[in-house]
Amino acid sequence: MFESKSGVLLVGGLGFFAFAFLSNAVVPMLMYRDLPEQTTTELVAKNSNLMYQFEELSHRYPEQFKEYIGQPTQYECAEALRLGRQVYVSEGCWHCHSQFVRPVSREEDRWGPVSATWEYQNELQRPVMFGTRRVGPDLCREGGRRSNDWHAVHFYRPKLTSIDSPMPEYPWLFDGAPNKPNRRGLALITYVQWLGSWLESYPDYEAYQPLAERLKP
Amino acid sequence: MIDTQRTTASALEDQLVDRRIVALYFIAALSYLGISLLAGMLMALQLVHWNPLRGIELLSPGRWRMVHTNAIAYGFLANAFLGALHWAVPRLTLRPVLSQSLSWFIFVAWQVVVLSTAIGIVAGPTLQAIVPALQGLPWSLGAQGIEWGETPTWIDPLALAGLLLVAVNFMAPITQAPGPLYVTLWYFMAAFVWTFLTYAMGNFLPQYALAGTSAGAVGGLFIHDLVGLFVTPLGWGLMYYFVPILLRKPMWSHALSLVGFWGLAFFYPLNGIHHFLYTPIPMFLQHGAIISTIAVEMVVLTVIINFFATLRGSGREVVTNLPIRWFYTGMVYYTLTCLQCAMQTTLTFQALIHFTDWVVGHAHLVMFGVFSMWLLGIMTYLFPRLWHTEWYSRALCEWHFWLSAGGMLVMAGDLILGGVFQGFYWASLAPWEVSVDGSQPFWIVRVFAGVAILGGQLCFFYNLYMTWQLSRARGLAQAATATSVGTVVN
Repeated sequence: MFESKSGVLLVGGLGFFAFAFLSNAVVPMLMYRDLPEQTTTELVAKNSNLMYQFEELSHRYPEQFKEYIGQPTQYECAEALRLGRQVYVSEGCWHCHSQFVRPVSREEDRWGPVSATWEYQNELQRPVMFGTRRVGPDLCREGGRRSNDWHAVHFYRPKLTSIDSPMPEYPWLFDGAPNKPNRRGLALITYVQWLGSWLESYPDYEAYQPLAERLKP
Repeated sequence: MIDTQRTTASALEDQLVDRRIVALYFIAALSYLGISLLAGMLMALQLVHWNPLRGIELLSPGRWRMVHTNAIAYGFLANAFLGALHWAVPRLTLRPVLSQSLSWFIFVAWQVVVLSTAIGIVAGPTLQAIVPALQGLPWSLGAQGIEWGETPTWIDPLALAGLLLVAVNFMAPITQAPGPLYVTLWYFMAAFVWTFLTYAMGNFLPQYALAGTSAGAVGGLFIHDLVGLFVTPLGWGLMYYFVPILLRKPMWSHALSLVGFWGLAFFYPLNGIHHFLYTPIPMFLQHGAIISTIAVEMVVLTVIINFFATLRGSGREVVTNLPIRWFYTGMVYYTLTCLQCAMQTTLTFQALIHFTDWVVGHAHLVMFGVFSMWLLGIMTYLFPRLWHTEWYSRALCEWHFWLSAGGMLVMAGDLILGGVFQGFYWASLAPWEVSVDGSQPFWIVRVFAGVAILGGQLCFFYNLYMTWQLSRARGLAQAATATSVGTVVN
């Protein structure tokens, strides 16, 4: 078997691959089969935090919003989320920003509650955006922490809001000025404001406790 | 007498091996290597605030960072592997590939796949934004959100078909050859099956069938299997072929070769989830992945022992024989990177170094320090045989080696150390900017290490061009003559 063609192909090639797939991929699939995958429409419907930000966006940039999105309805919000996610992926944001809080390295103190499986069981986490590197901070608790106009300026020229930021500039998400986000820019802001907006304490600092108190045994 | 034998061997070889396609694959591979290095340089300059091309959509460092990794994996490594396979498989099986025209079709198709990937990643999002007709598409023209699988979704089926054709083309001579087969061919056969399955699993399941945590588990499998089941078996297969030939002696232990192959086949596919430790993926699966990773490192040690025991008694070849030096330097880096991996896969290390440049250093050491170095060594060995002339300049070959190997060592050491710093900055809860500013010295050193590696490749490109001129001038390029066996780089 060990040196024969069929052994190498069937046992080594197919068999071991299948064993690994069963144990490492099918097992979690079966474990979470009762946790339904939510569509973007469902995500928006239950999320007043997000709708608040979306409406704020329509007041903040009325002309741009009207031209590129229309009315701040739930339907348009879902569309913006899908496009925003597409921008987030295709611009490679996820290579420098992760989207999960780990139970170690005091990440709870920095970002908020540790990430749970149900938070990822939705259309916008397909493929999942766990991320791979943190040049910039984690974003899965980012929604509501900063205002829409902060994000607009930040995407236009990151150094204007964070002096030493090595983040690239994204002027093509705007019509020439930071107060004129275009369709992609508005969508990306909506997407970033969505991250973490599903949590009860939103934004995280509303539930602020002094660090000394939290670290008490 | 010997001359007659050589002439016969050479004539037989010419019927088996299509030298032109080997050379073309190598040249395509080197072009993508150049593109990948420039793309990496752009990202490196961006991080140290020296990017002179800021705010240009089609030169966005975020997009070119994806070109950087994809051009290395699918442009450089895949093309160079295909070239080397076209050399090694017919010689090992004494049979030509299934069809020469199929080979050429695959060559063209694969370049279309790689170029469309690059164009899709760089220009896809722009096109989709400015052409109204494309805005309504339900899928993105740009990158797909899967690490090492950023190949846009619309190219995935084509790439998969290409991989299937590659397998068919090479499996024909392998299945016809009488068994039992040599070690190299076990690795190749398994790699054809694994690469196809891995590509299909990683690119389709998380996109069309799964969301969330299970998709993360599949994503981890994909990242890992791409290195472990596509790059690693092809790389080691080639080492098992070229090292004994260059050292003119068999491998030290056939038993260890068996342990190495079957250990890799069993344990490597079980490692994937170690890329997402401390995520919501069930903890017992994370523990399983960690244990199998450490098992893989044990297997790796047996392979390393086998190769260094083979070298025993011929140690001087590392000094005099340039390809052997490339191979064994790669193996030293492989040992280092596997030792690093055995540590970083533990939860203790993960808590500190996950998400830091430690991992980036590890990835560079694997993809460039090991597999690219092996392939560059193979090219150093094969180009004189493909073009029937010696290298234009031995000195430039030396520069190529030392700049690549030295630059790589500095880059990996620098990033790994920088990663430890970043981990401690984060755990200290210092403001985020502290970790970014504190990374600057490491990122600046990385730029210079990158310049060294790029410089090394420029030496190689120039040397290659001059060698080609030499070969043309001598009018030997097309003529397969008996002298080929005699002209060796050392």
